[in-house]
Amino acid sequence: MRYGGGYDGPMCPSKVGLEALIAKAAEPRRALIQVLQDIQERHHWLPPEALEQVAEALGVPLVQVYGVATFYRAFSLSPRGRHVCTVCLGTACHVRGGEAVLEQFERKLGIRAGQTTPDGATTLERVNCLGACALAPLAVVDGRYHGQMTEAKVEGVLAEARRGEER
Amino acid sequence: MTTYRTHLLVCSGTGCVSCGAFELRRTLEEEIRRRGLEREVLVVATGCNGFCERGPIVLVQPDGIFYQRLKPAEVPRLVEEHLVKGRPVKSLMYVPPQEREPVPHMKDIEFFKHQRLIVLRNRGRIDPEAIDEYIATEGYAAAAKALAEMTPEGIIAEIGDAGLRGRGGAGFPTGRKWEAARRAPGDARYVVCNGDEGDPGAFMDRSVLEADPHAVIEGMIIGARAVGASRGFLYVRNEYPLALARVGKALEQARAYGLLGRDILGTGFDLDLEVVRGAGAFVSGEETALMASIEGRRAYPRQRPPYPSEKGLWGRPTVINNVETWANVPAIIRRGAAWFASLGTETSKGTKIFSLVGKIANTGLVEVPMGIPLREIIDGIGGGVPGGRAFKAVQIGGPSGGCIPASMLDLPVDYESLKAAGSMMGSGGMIVLDEDTCMVDIALYFLRFAEEESCGKCAPCRVGTGEMARILAKITTGDGAAADLESLESLAATVARGSLCGLGQTAPNPILTTLRYFRDEYEAHVFDKRCPALVCKNLIAFAIDPDRCVGCLLCKKACPAGAIAGELKKTHAIDQQACIKCGLCLSVCPAKVRAVRKMTAPASGRAAAAGAGGPR
Repeated sequence: MRYGGGYDGPMCPSKVGLEALIAKAAEPRRALIQVLQDIQERHHWLPPEALEQVAEALGVPLVQVYGVATFYRAFSLSPRGRHVCTVCLGTACHVRGGEAVLEQFERKLGIRAGQTTPDGATTLERVNCLGACALAPLAVVDGRYHGQMTEAKVEGVLAEARRGEER
Repeated sequence: MTTYRTHLLVCSGTGCVSCGAFELRRTLEEEIRRRGLEREVLVVATGCNGFCERGPIVLVQPDGIFYQRLKPAEVPRLVEEHLVKGRPVKSLMYVPPQEREPVPHMKDIEFFKHQRLIVLRNRGRIDPEAIDEYIATEGYAAAAKALAEMTPEGIIAEIGDAGLRGRGGAGFPTGRKWEAARRAPGDARYVVCNGDEGDPGAFMDRSVLEADPHAVIEGMIIGARAVGASRGFLYVRNEYPLALARVGKALEQARAYGLLGRDILGTGFDLDLEVVRGAGAFVSGEETALMASIEGRRAYPRQRPPYPSEKGLWGRPTVINNVETWANVPAIIRRGAAWFASLGTETSKGTKIFSLVGKIANTGLVEVPMGIPLREIIDGIGGGVPGGRAFKAVQIGGPSGGCIPASMLDLPVDYESLKAAGSMMGSGGMIVLDEDTCMVDIALYFLRFAEEESCGKCAPCRVGTGEMARILAKITTGDGAAADLESLESLAATVARGSLCGLGQTAPNPILTTLRYFRDEYEAHVFDKRCPALVCKNLIAFAIDPDRCVGCLLCKKACPAGAIAGELKKTHAIDQQACIKCGLCLSVCPAKVRAVRKMTAPASGRAAAAGAGGPR
């Protein structure tokens, strides 16, 4: 099981395999969100070339493709890092100190939530509830859940993610 | 078929999986093989048990022994003692807070004892990925009955007589919704399951989909038969990967068994269901927005009427119900309307699932009869507030709901009582707040949430939620004035009246209830420039108690602002001007030292943290 996720291949739009994705969709109009989700899942962002190809292949105006791509939180219009840190700020996490955990991630990474470090290594995100409230406050780093987080644990969690990369 | 003497039921809901349930299951299987017990003992992965606080959980059947917080390292001992020698391991059992003796049996644990399971009847009992196990527990019997023995009118009458109301929030009578869809003119009809559970702090729909996906599918088959639909959709949040996987698998199995597709059970009835992944927008939980999203558009709500039961997906009659509502349907058809209506209150029938989270000893998911007093849920099942802190309020219904104070804990939990108290049932999230929670901060949290999730279609919601959040932020930084409280009340009324959908109409509820029950906290912020719960950064200060400090340097090293001065074995001190109020010093100071104190900031020390608690 994964939430978020890492980088798993070149971000070359030609490898998006659009034809195959669209062929799967019986109703092209309805397929728009699903196709964008597949691209997002494979590449962890939506390259502009891919959006143009989707518009053309589905016969949907590009403005509508962008409309959908910018409306939903699941879509990213800029490349995401190899590591993804997601800090949950659901109500349970909020009352148990989630904000302080997020601020510590921001300080340690030198970026705000929603941004990627300049070297492209790490993206920091916040989410409004992952439904794992017993673990509050919760952070997910590269698909690994870290429950009962504290500000003091942030450094160790980040170091663990970096070690995972070296292996 | 092999018969096993013992089953080990490993809870595999998201909570337990996050704590290592999959690894635990592998270790158990390996150890059982190593001891040559694989023909006697079967390891089964089940859905969520609800007691997420204690994960990973393993239930041993038929003994009924409940093990909790199990680590793979403890597996050899568990297998040796319990499975080989027949001696349950006391040290791995649940010990209630403030007690010393473990409670061996699941049925005796307070958390489980008071629950009444209808929707969650199969939780922790069956493997949600095995349709045979669902069928073995009377699964699909109700669908067979509805398809072969009942008329559509008969099904609707049964649901209507049961008094089932929507579990997604508003509580609309399900039977009436179905009746309207059945009568509406149209060439095609649809059934939709709303699994876009966006309320922060609520996860019952995720748990039902993970623990018993076939119950939802069976409910939809019955509903589709009642209204004459041949196609349906299950819209599930993308943030719930495990639920998505289990629903997908369940649909495949149901198709393979001829329970979906053409000529179901030889009755001539056709239905196919498919999964639609949500794309992360809270507003898609609103029914008209959800349908727009299924159609591949932005999730904008639209005016009602026409209601989806008349004009829904692609303009055709559509029945849209929440996950928990659908999962109630098979039980009603199987056991009858009279049985269901005997549970609950005059107007709220059956049970409701609540997620009990926040400052509570037993975090988890509980299913209780409607009308049960709040106190019984929070103190009885939930075990009260941990750490010796005082209970302050419970927030029910997510961003649309409100905070109910300690003085109203005897309130019965039903649709009408909650509404009268200024809150609402919502999806059933219950967030327990203690004396360390600031009520202005909670209101701000929900208003920022609403502002961020507003789709932007209606100006009162788009602009109003932001304006209310701005005023609340001003109050939390100590810059509020008396007039701000009046502005909040008037804005709240405008936003509630001027918004098209439930998001905007209910967004002011968190403010209105906190103003109603905790006005003194607002006034402390506004007039005394004081946060009674010591949460609002601009109004608090951190200091080191020289009598307790041992000079260990931990806080000095941790401080991101370099605001702590001190040497090894000498008392440290915080420079109030440089302090950014992050609280890291408090969290790293060893529990046996506890030298760092949080307090109300002196009036002059307030400027330093300005902006630190600002909007993000």
